[in-house]
Amino acid sequence: MSRGREGAPASWEVFVRPRRGLAHQHVGSVRADDADTALGRARDLYVRRGDPLSLWVVRSDSVHAVSPDERDPYFSTARHKPYRYPEQFAPLTQEGPDGDHDQ
Amino acid sequence: MSAGQTTAGAPPAAEDELLAHFEALVASGETVEPRDWMPDGYRRMLLRQIAQHAHSEIIGMQPEGAWLTRAPSLHRKSVLIAKVQDEAGHGLYLYSAAETLGADRADLLDALHRGQQRFAATFNHPALTWADTGAIAWLTDGAAVINQAPLCRTSYGPYARAMRRVCQEEAFHVRQGYDLMRALCEGTPEQRRMAQDAVDRWWLPAVALMFGPPDTEAGGADARTAALGAAVSRRAIAWGIKHHTNDELRQRFVDQCVPQAERLGLTLPDPAIRWNEERGHYDFTPVDWETYRDALGDDTHWARQRVAHRRAAHEDGAWVREAAAAYAAREDAGVPPAGTGAAGIAADRTEAAA
Repeated sequence: MSRGREGAPASWEVFVRPRRGLAHQHVGSVRADDADTALGRARDLYVRRGDPLSLWVVRSDSVHAVSPDERDPYFSTARHKPYRYPEQFAPLTQEGPDGDHDQ
Repeated sequence: MSAGQTTAGAPPAAEDELLAHFEALVASGETVEPRDWMPDGYRRMLLRQIAQHAHSEIIGMQPEGAWLTRAPSLHRKSVLIAKVQDEAGHGLYLYSAAETLGADRADLLDALHRGQQRFAATFNHPALTWADTGAIAWLTDGAAVINQAPLCRTSYGPYARAMRRVCQEEAFHVRQGYDLMRALCEGTPEQRRMAQDAVDRWWLPAVALMFGPPDTEAGGADARTAALGAAVSRRAIAWGIKHHTNDELRQRFVDQCVPQAERLGLTLPDPAIRWNEERGHYDFTPVDWETYRDALGDDTHWARQRVAHRRAAHEDGAWVREAAAAYAAREDAGVPPAGTGAAGIAADRTEAAA
């Protein structure tokens, strides 16, 4: 399991939480044979500066993904549904050109 | 639209449509991402550029790395270690970016070790004195920043993101290099001479080699070289990989360095450097690319030395890679590794997995 391809250590995606209040953000990837080594390499490579709060590594082949361009209908639930947005509705007050809806 | 990852077997009509989609994406300034369809030529050009760039970063560790044990103070030593470590990091960001294009990192290193892929010939110069570490950082890293700042907006997403990280760190490299030169220039006459000597040796490699061959006739190339360079640059610019010609960036570099050198009281070793009111730029001697290429071919002593050193480091490290793989294999198999601390961790893992 530790080897991604023949002879090459597995690829791991690296996520850093740069400071309180922010989610972990994807910053890049490293190659390593096991999780501890991957964490060590991610620290050396992606947090040489700053004061990050935490670091995640996830094996690249454990990430399941879809992309809009590849599977358009997959994201169609987000399209043509203007009624999901607040500005589609009558404003609660009269201020501003569109009214203020949620202040 | 369903855009597959590969062109293999795609009927011509579908490929036209994919190409149109790709070109519209690039034209609108959006980034191309790894799973998008892309023309083979685009993928090849990117791979070539990113690999050359990655190789340059890790080979570039050598001239300065040679001074780590001889830094004049603990402060300068810490700074130089941080800088050389950054260069290793830049190489790794870029190898990761290359892998998103389907390349294998081991193959890229192999191509470097066999001399099949190039790195910036700038680093085929030796760092003869401590002042060279300052001149390298100020001039060649300064040139790199000018090259790389526009690459933060290059059309391929993973490359652009790697370059943003690189550029943030390069700013530190240039500043510490300039500061090192300033300290020498404010020192004894001997230290000032050392600084001037280093600039005399590193100016041309930076101007000539960090920006690639001339790609305009204005850049001083003969018509044939200029046409050849221009064709490559035009393609790269059309695909949004580059945004400027090599000669444009070279001019920007000269314009930036002249006043910086003046502030240090150093002379850039080019008698043709003078302000051209009409152009609004500094004039300088056009790069004699042929001479440079001959003087710095793969066959020079230092070029061979750089690759041999890199290959030796790789081969000497083989046992570490093998040990890491063996350790991981044992852990996967649930065999507790030797040593109490590690055994405790492994036992926890086995329990969690059960």
